[in-house]
Amino acid sequence: MRQFLHQMWNTKGMARWILIVGVAITLVFVVFAVLAPWVAPYDFNQTKLDGVKLPKLAHPSGSYWMGTNDQFYDIYSRVVWGSRTALEVILLSVVFSGVVGLPLGLVSGFVGGWTDRILVFLMDAMYSFPSLLLAIVFSFLLRGPLGGGIVAASLSLTAIYIPQYYRVVRNTTVSAREATYVEAARALGAKPFTIMRKYLFGNVVQSVPVIGTLNAADALGTLAALGFLGLGIQPNEASEWGYDLSRALDDAQAGTWWPALFPGLAIILLITALTLVGEGLNETINPALRRRRLRPVVFPPRAAQPEETTR
Amino acid sequence: MTPIDLQEEQPTDVDRGPVLEARDLRVWYGTDRGPVRAVDGVSFALRRGEILGLVGESGCGKSTLGRGLLGLLPDGAARDGELRFDGRDMLALKPREQHAMRGRDLGMIFQEPLTRLNPLMRISEHFSETLKTHDKTISRAEIERRSLEALRTMGIPPTRFRAYPHEFSGGMRQRLMIALTLVLRPAFVVADEPTTALDVLVEAQIIRILHDLRRDYDTSLLLITHNLGIIAEACDRVAVMYAGEIVEIGEAREVFTRPRHPYTRELLRSTISLRTTGLNYIDGAPPDLVEPPAGCRFHPRCPDAMNICASRHPVDRDHGAGTRAACWATDLVQGLVTLDDHEAAPLPREEISVADEA
Amino acid sequence: MMWVLLTIVFFLLRVAPGDPVSAAVGGKLNEQALDARRAALGLDRPMIVQYLEYLGNVVHLDFGKTISDNRPVLDIIKDQGGATLTLTLGAFVFALVIGLPLGRLAGRYRDTPLDAGIRIFGVVSYAAPIFWVGIMLVLLVVKVFPGWPTNDIGSVVTKFTVQPKTHVLLLDAMLSGNQDAVLDILKHHVLPCLTLGLLLSGVIIRLVRVNVIQAMKGDYVEAARARGIPEGRVIRKHAFRNALVPVITVIGLQIALTLSGAVLTERTFNWPGLGTELVQYVTARDYIAVQGLVTFFAIIVVIVSVLVDILNALVDPRVRY
Repeated sequence: MRQFLHQMWNTKGMARWILIVGVAITLVFVVFAVLAPWVAPYDFNQTKLDGVKLPKLAHPSGSYWMGTNDQFYDIYSRVVWGSRTALEVILLSVVFSGVVGLPLGLVSGFVGGWTDRILVFLMDAMYSFPSLLLAIVFSFLLRGPLGGGIVAASLSLTAIYIPQYYRVVRNTTVSAREATYVEAARALGAKPFTIMRKYLFGNVVQSVPVIGTLNAADALGTLAALGFLGLGIQPNEASEWGYDLSRALDDAQAGTWWPALFPGLAIILLITALTLVGEGLNETINPALRRRRLRPVVFPPRAAQPEETTR
Repeated sequence: MTPIDLQEEQPTDVDRGPVLEARDLRVWYGTDRGPVRAVDGVSFALRRGEILGLVGESGCGKSTLGRGLLGLLPDGAARDGELRFDGRDMLALKPREQHAMRGRDLGMIFQEPLTRLNPLMRISEHFSETLKTHDKTISRAEIERRSLEALRTMGIPPTRFRAYPHEFSGGMRQRLMIALTLVLRPAFVVADEPTTALDVLVEAQIIRILHDLRRDYDTSLLLITHNLGIIAEACDRVAVMYAGEIVEIGEAREVFTRPRHPYTRELLRSTISLRTTGLNYIDGAPPDLVEPPAGCRFHPRCPDAMNICASRHPVDRDHGAGTRAACWATDLVQGLVTLDDHEAAPLPREEISVADEA
Repeated sequence: MMWVLLTIVFFLLRVAPGDPVSAAVGGKLNEQALDARRAALGLDRPMIVQYLEYLGNVVHLDFGKTISDNRPVLDIIKDQGGATLTLTLGAFVFALVIGLPLGRLAGRYRDTPLDAGIRIFGVVSYAAPIFWVGIMLVLLVVKVFPGWPTNDIGSVVTKFTVQPKTHVLLLDAMLSGNQDAVLDILKHHVLPCLTLGLLLSGVIIRLVRVNVIQAMKGDYVEAARARGIPEGRVIRKHAFRNALVPVITVIGLQIALTLSGAVLTERTFNWPGLGTELVQYVTARDYIAVQGLVTFFAIIVVIVSVLVDILNALVDPRVRY
């Protein structure tokens, strides 16, 4: 792990800047999420101040930095609280899908045979299915038992990303299993479990941060999409940017811009930041992707020819 | 394999001026560590209808030189020096004019014929594209006539004219590539290891075809290869390249029977044939072309190295019988230079082993 | 493949906890009526029987009747499918018109400011939520072209006058020879198709760029240069054409992204398509309708991937049989 951080720090050129910018923006969102109760002037579900309703669709101003929306919410507070929701859901869904997908891929790749074939078939089918539809189906199923909260939303997203972890981990495992050092370990009489834990896991785990961050970016988009369709987190459970955007639809038709602009910008910024982190990590871990930089050739003046030149 | 005796046919018109002449040509690649001196000060001339072989280890700059002659360089590479085609200096021409010379005046045959044809285009489309590029007014009938003639020369039946590249075998594709190059009748062709990717029987066939080119088309050929057997069979003259420089050039027979440069000698000794009794190889590895060794570039691996070799670059000299070479040791033996005792003393052994490890 | 998807869809929706009938119409009917509904839908029979029946019905394109409003799912598909179809086709047109030239430019002028600009456009159009892009376009259009339609597939008059024959509104308008209606419908298509097209163009730009760069390194490209073929033609005929072969496959794989995007675009523009229907039935908690529509989407995904294989064979002579 320390070596990994060291490697990250020593990345050069574009990859380094991509990483730094991505991490910086993500950190800003994390700070907002953690400090939400102090940074946001209102609670996420607060429409009244001292018993008086906030103004409806107020312009952005000194008292409401990003204006208010048609539900009497202060948009700035909703955006700040929304970053907390977003990060919680992202974290939960990435962890859930990793916890399921990683061991599944490891075992499937290591054991092989029928187990492997059936799992590959199943996962490929799930992978080819539109991810949003999968999320819709799962949120539909989980709405009953779990309600419209953060956990339900995270679990709906989890199903989408399991196949991705599974595929990467399985393919790495299959190729690592054939590698000479694993063969050598087996020849020395190591138990299958030891081999999996000691030799394969370390190898496979390298690619996980990259998929993890890229999936996190995608998960945020899907979460917002679910919210936008009214199938995600309910507004009284937590503040969610996608839901706020769906409320802004009718206002946009009337030319009112602020309810739509700010939550959308928050989504784009965080998605972009996470994507940058993922791409930066990818270039760090696979330096082969980097392109050799070309320097213009300057021909030095010819060295004086030796005196005996007979050309 | 039956040896092909090709040495009887001699070039007919030696008197006309050289078709291609390079003087102190340099081709460098820019990298983070500094320029890679892939071709560094190469001079040679090629007569009409002459076949010049170019040999050397992998990475010595052979292919770069071949591509450099046509101006086919990757991004970040640059050419410098003098390169005359029919007396005109090509490096002084505009990029557009250089581009127009390719195909029409200068042709190229590549190493891997399998991937050199556009898989989505029919053979006929390759030919018509090539011919139309260099003659806008050419008629369809003329295109077909010239293409089929070129194919016939290469022994490909006209019925295959409208086929796709993937329908041909490796040897046939190489003959297609040759036909495609020759349909424009260029005066000079670079063949970059044209047979390396092919099996032995096809190899002999391709070499025969290349050798017949000068009779049919009066084409000059630069034949790049690491196979000394091919040079001996097909080439009039041979140039030996080491670390971006031509260290020896001369009549093929003369160079093979009486090599002047120690590198040529060692290269010939390491060739494997039926008469080989033991395996010879040259110690060490080719040098780094970003920072080539001072003095003679071969000195760290040279069995004949003297003190002077490590400090002063040898001079390219005439060694008789049409051979030129750049080597202090040979110069000394032939009495072309006089060196003091220190300069002529053998290079201490440690330096060789140090260079070995580098 | 199709079978695996159908099985997943069936078991996901059936094994799930909860009772479909009471979820959809629970409050409205008494216990006896609910039981009758369950029996009518065959939900009281063993799982395996239901499963086989489901597969059999799908083969005959029978996706069942909705629980909430007793409407055959096939009718929903027939009535609303046309709107989704014209939306996605229009989106592909926009995506190709935007994506192909930009991707090619970025690939050819690699590592220049032009390339950087195009790449940023590609990344942003992919990272921005499609519905937000839609809303922003609406805001822009409302300000700049106040009369331009930003909602629905046609104006009320158009929808009222055009006689449904093919259930594809645009075709129906064309068949009836009603010029005004055709124009009106086309105008309504512009914004939604552009929105969905922008999302897809991001993918296309990225892909075309990488493939052009790859193809430019191709041996046949160097060989073509060696024959003196002009650079523009080398790129057009050799690099770009070969770069398009993998692009076709991947565009085909984007059918999943397209369907996801279509659902969101339909909601954004109040588009009367299958996505809108799906969301409504999900909200109504109608298991049969959701199962039927999702099954239909699965079938579309599989059919498109087969079509892509066929198209690939047409473009690449090496795959011809």
